[in-house]
Amino acid sequence: MEDILRLIIEKYNYWIYITLMMIGLYAIIAKNNLVKKIVGMNILQTAVILFFVSIGVKRGATVPIIEHAHDGAHHAIRAAEYINPLPHVLMLTAIVVSVATLGVALVIAIKTYQRFLTLEEDEILKQIREP
Amino acid sequence: MSEHYPALLVILPLLASFFISAAGWFRPVLCFPFTVAGLAGSLLVSLGLLGDVMSGGPVSYRFAGWDPPWGIYYRVDHLNALVLAVVSVVGFINLLAARSSVEKEFPEKAGPFYTLYVLFMTGLLGMVVTGDAFNLYVLLEIAAITGYALIALGKGRAPLSSLHYIFMGTIGASFYLLGVGYLYIVTGSLNMEDIARLLPPLYESKVVTAAFVILMVGVWLKMGFFPLHAWLPNAYTHAPSPVSSLVAPLMTKVMVYVMIRMVVTVFTLDFAFTFLGLNDAVVWLAVVAIVMGSLLALSEKDVKRMLTYIVVAEVGYMVGGFWLGNSAGFTGAVLHILNDALMTLCLFLAVGNIVHVKGNSRMESLPGLFRTMPWTMAALVVGALSIIGVPPTCGFFSKWYLLLGALEAGHYGFLAALLFSSLVSVVLFFRIFEVGYFEPLGGSHGSAHGDDEHVVREAPLGMLVPLWITALGLILVGLYTGEIVGRVIRHAVPAMML
Amino acid sequence: MKILGLVIVALVGSVLIYATVDFPPFADPESPASLHVSPRYIEKSLDETAVPNVVTAVLADYRSFDTMFETTVIFAAGVACFLLLRIPRRRPPGPRHFRHRLTGLTFRVKDGENGKEIFLPLREFEPVDSVWTPHDFIIEKVCRYMIPFIQLFGLYVIAHGHHSPGGGFQGGVILGAAIILLSVSHNLRTALKRMREKTGALCSALGVFIFAGTGALCLALGYNYLDYRALAALLPGGPIMARSHGMLLVEIGVGVAVMGTMVWIFKNLASLGRYDEGL
Repeated sequence: MEDILRLIIEKYNYWIYITLMMIGLYAIIAKNNLVKKIVGMNILQTAVILFFVSIGVKRGATVPIIEHAHDGAHHAIRAAEYINPLPHVLMLTAIVVSVATLGVALVIAIKTYQRFLTLEEDEILKQIREP
Repeated sequence: MSEHYPALLVILPLLASFFISAAGWFRPVLCFPFTVAGLAGSLLVSLGLLGDVMSGGPVSYRFAGWDPPWGIYYRVDHLNALVLAVVSVVGFINLLAARSSVEKEFPEKAGPFYTLYVLFMTGLLGMVVTGDAFNLYVLLEIAAITGYALIALGKGRAPLSSLHYIFMGTIGASFYLLGVGYLYIVTGSLNMEDIARLLPPLYESKVVTAAFVILMVGVWLKMGFFPLHAWLPNAYTHAPSPVSSLVAPLMTKVMVYVMIRMVVTVFTLDFAFTFLGLNDAVVWLAVVAIVMGSLLALSEKDVKRMLTYIVVAEVGYMVGGFWLGNSAGFTGAVLHILNDALMTLCLFLAVGNIVHVKGNSRMESLPGLFRTMPWTMAALVVGALSIIGVPPTCGFFSKWYLLLGALEAGHYGFLAALLFSSLVSVVLFFRIFEVGYFEPLGGSHGSAHGDDEHVVREAPLGMLVPLWITALGLILVGLYTGEIVGRVIRHAVPAMML
Repeated sequence: MKILGLVIVALVGSVLIYATVDFPPFADPESPASLHVSPRYIEKSLDETAVPNVVTAVLADYRSFDTMFETTVIFAAGVACFLLLRIPRRRPPGPRHFRHRLTGLTFRVKDGENGKEIFLPLREFEPVDSVWTPHDFIIEKVCRYMIPFIQLFGLYVIAHGHHSPGGGFQGGVILGAAIILLSVSHNLRTALKRMREKTGALCSALGVFIFAGTGALCLALGYNYLDYRALAALLPGGPIMARSHGMLLVEIGVGVAVMGTMVWIFKNLASLGRYDEGL
């Protein structure tokens, strides 16, 4: 019991990302409204971003901008003092990708609406089946 | 200059995209020449790379001059040199054919269309050449986003199909990214070879197993492997014809390559085949994919839609062939990437020509086509024979290697599925030939326009020439299969499979 | 669909939970992710690139090739929105709305005889959107005076990305948001006057070209692609400062691309590709 509790508390960030990701996945699969699906898609991508950013955290470390960089005296820089910059770099890319996907998805949703005059998937499918 | 080939391959189309985009605003006539220049450049570079790799072994390139685990690193070996050549050849031939349909269907949007076209090619070429797991994700998204937009350009329900593709594609890409993240959290690296070096002591870790599963599911979603294929037929059917003949031959093949690369280079065969022992299960999934793809194709009344189900079945060929886990199966799978890209291109181009002239590709519009469009239909016959697997065409040889692999592995289910799908293809295509050759032209208004029956109304020359280049390519690749296997693919087979 | 969704969610979720059990503890400085590649970035980047912000150094130098494609993704999204939504032909003039500048009264002008357009003297009347005619003096003026400062801040964020949080993406988004704010507080027409459609689109392509062109310049000077040390031949300060300058150059490219694309996508989405009126 204690092990499980410790597991839950030690890794709470990871549990949150899994929850978010599952919410997004469920919305994509089960929701009927196309815009809700797009929102679900965005939640899914954000969950992955949360996961990556969680990897970068180090206890007792600060933001990865080297202090006193230009005041002459050369301090020894220790990696443990700064958080891991790599996941942040990767997620900057992933954020941009998710914004781009969101934009294109919204545009295509507009196109769909212009063609079928609804965003409810079952109504669209009904229109397609009986033209 | 030749040491910069891996960079130039991706950069030339990217730089061309700027000029195309600018030309779209000032001189729209220049869009097409710029596109041709960009893609021809990367085609030449990819052929040069193939030559370099064949003569001097694998080539590598360090971007920004940083050493591998820190900077981004490209590596070209026999496997991706071949796939690169295929991708750039198919993209280039299809570009030549696309011009007439673009001028007919959306003339005022040629600039953005060609911009997205070269960006799509940039994404695909980059995915094949990269040696960095995260770089692959970014390039995957470039190819995906441009692909969504190009598909949504179609008529009718194309936007809805594209939207479904976006949902499934995003899930796939997110799973891939999550898999890479799992690998990163246990190894601390993103470079494929570096990960492979760090992984062996971690095989017992649950994270690595989960990373493998998530990553494979993501890649399978993207390639439309059977239970995850639902988005594929609609998206490829409703796309405009120059787009479906671009996306259908390339996207799935490149994803198959990504799967092979991930298993061979990142996770290594030791882990995937020996430690996890999933190969039998995956081959059975492939069997189901082949059988279901063929059966669903059989029930379709629209030629283009039928072809998309054939694509689903062909994905099963390649995935199954690879997971058989022996040299013949691997050779068959890689050779099939090459052959299937050309076959699908040939068939989709032919159907594109039919759509260009007739307006649709339903069975009802086929009668009499052998007389009115003899050249298109002849090329369609070559492509069909290749899909069925008739000897002088290349389709026969990859199927032969796949059959050998199945026999060697003792996997008779896969053997039976291959034979079954060939039989189904025979039925499918002979039905088309029968309708096209024997049935008289036009049902109801045939009598009113009786004179039209023998008038040749072919697609424009700009569409016929690329089609025939592809059809001849099918036969040539078939004749030179021995060379290709002996000089390229044999060196790509992982040592463990020999 | 609901049951299928739940089944899939349960399956995927169990795989993820199964893996999480073996994760290194959260925030552990000794985890493999923090020990293999990243220490070098933190310890060496200042010596190797003269940039104190490690994220910028990794983003724009060590992994600059990723960043270039990231910019390309944005550009591709912009082109995609334009390709799908933009309606190139002008709509026939329907009923339009004008506001009398002095009195603030709004007029609705129908089509003239035989479809001829009626012209109101634009010195006295200004065209307004048909869906949103109220005149919000305070909002307009406050936003109008805020925008230059927002833009200045955007430029600061781009230029100071080497030393503080920031960089091309963030600054570009701020610059783009300034134009979008203009469009939201006034109307699309005003924003279009400040930044025409062609300008936005060309910015978007130009930004990618600046980035890729910087790389190609390094290649032309005999170094590997994007190896900014090559720029030492053109810029003062030796190879290490050249890396820093090279990063600034590509960050500017990123900023231009992001600003152009954000505005471009917004205009397409807001006006459904018609560019006459919208938010």
